Amino acid sequence: MSDIKIKVQDYSGDVQELEAPTDMGLSLMEFLKANEYPILATCGGMALCATCHVIVEDGMDLLNDPGDQEMDQLDLLPNAEFNSRLACQLRLNPDMDGMMVRLAADEE
Amino acid sequence: MIQTDICIIGAGPVGQFAVFEAGLLKLRCHLVDALPQVGGQLSEIYPQKPIYDIPGYPTIKAQELVDNLTEQIKPFNPTYTLGERLDAVEKTATGFNLRTSDGTEIDCKVVVIAGGLGCFEPRKPPLKEIANFEGKGVSYMVKDPELFRDKNVILAGGGDSALDWTIELSKIAKKITLVHRNETFRGAPDSADKVFELAKEGKINLLLKSNLESISGNGKLNSVKIKGADKSEMEIEADYLIPLFGLSPKLGPIADWGLSIHKNQIEVNTTDYSTNVPGIYAIGDINTYPGKLKLILCGFHEAALMAQSAFKHIYPEKHLSFKYTTVNGIESF
Repeated sequence: MSDIKIKVQDYSGDVQELEAPTDMGLSLMEFLKANEYPILATCGGMALCATCHVIVEDGMDLLNDPGDQEMDQLDLLPNAEFNSRLACQLRLNPDMDGMMVRLAADEE
Repeated sequence: MIQTDICIIGAGPVGQFAVFEAGLLKLRCHLVDALPQVGGQLSEIYPQKPIYDIPGYPTIKAQELVDNLTEQIKPFNPTYTLGERLDAVEKTATGFNLRTSDGTEIDCKVVVIAGGLGCFEPRKPPLKEIANFEGKGVSYMVKDPELFRDKNVILAGGGDSALDWTIELSKIAKKITLVHRNETFRGAPDSADKVFELAKEGKINLLLKSNLESISGNGKLNSVKIKGADKSEMEIEADYLIPLFGLSPKLGPIADWGLSIHKNQIEVNTTDYSTNVPGIYAIGDINTYPGKLKLILCGFHEAALMAQSAFKHIYPEKHLSFKYTTVNGIESF
């Protein structure tokens, strides 16, 4: 089994646990969009727009380090927290099992 | 007044290729882009990055693709308005009249929106009523530093421009406060060192691990409330607040053109990539439809189908027969 479990908290505060495949090369942003969360992902995953901003409530240590482009974006966000990430830069992998994220981009 | 058959908004690769497809049908094109050069995000953001999914090119650098497209469309003699944002569209008896931010007017029969991610606009902090203070103390960029001479100025942000303007304005402003949510800066190390030095010397007020909380004033900005990570709050008098949180892509004025829009993207009919307004098409990253993929090559395909439909829209009485360039070559004009 290559599926992992990820908890997602939406803008209204509701938390859902989802099963996510790790063998399809999906980013967390693509997975959240596929599950119809209202994420704009305007730039399509280039770490340019920050409309897939999430706050990692649990499992920050399970993630790869952000690259320069992502850090630049996060640095500029007025509402970023120390555990902020861009979902488009997180490729789903078995290490992420059990993580929890909260949607944090401005709703538009 | 510029007159053309098709006005293409956005001079990225898809907008550029639309000139080619329209040119094959002898339709003239004018390109408008808010950026000062052609190429859209390829030239502006990642000119040196390789692209791997352009058919026929195992790998090609973004800028090289743009340069090649510029060469490819030259026979069709496209005209350009660069560095100006398209602001307004009006229906006319023969098509559309468009106006840019700088007052350039374009008369065309068909409008093609190839705007990619949209316009990059300043990212605004989530403060209530901030819109009411824009131009009345709140500004998202520094156009004329002299405006801030002998004034109380609060800057917010942690990027290069926040650091640079803190340093520059500290030379002329009465008082400078820089608010940054972190303890450290990722901007240029030299600038960050300089900012820490200025703070040490008491020449600026540096508030780290702090965020803008609210703003108030009576018709004009008066003070800004700032909240620390430790929940402490303070109110600082200010003539100006300059939030510098970078740029974020927005649809811009296009959002007010009466087009059907879903999640910041323009809905189109996939038979010809037309919008709900006859004569206006949307191609490339800015449109949406079931199964949409944001790929340059999909944008190229959309441009080809759009051009056929635009021809029929402009010349409903003419018969259009499809021709291969291998058979007929390219007739330039």
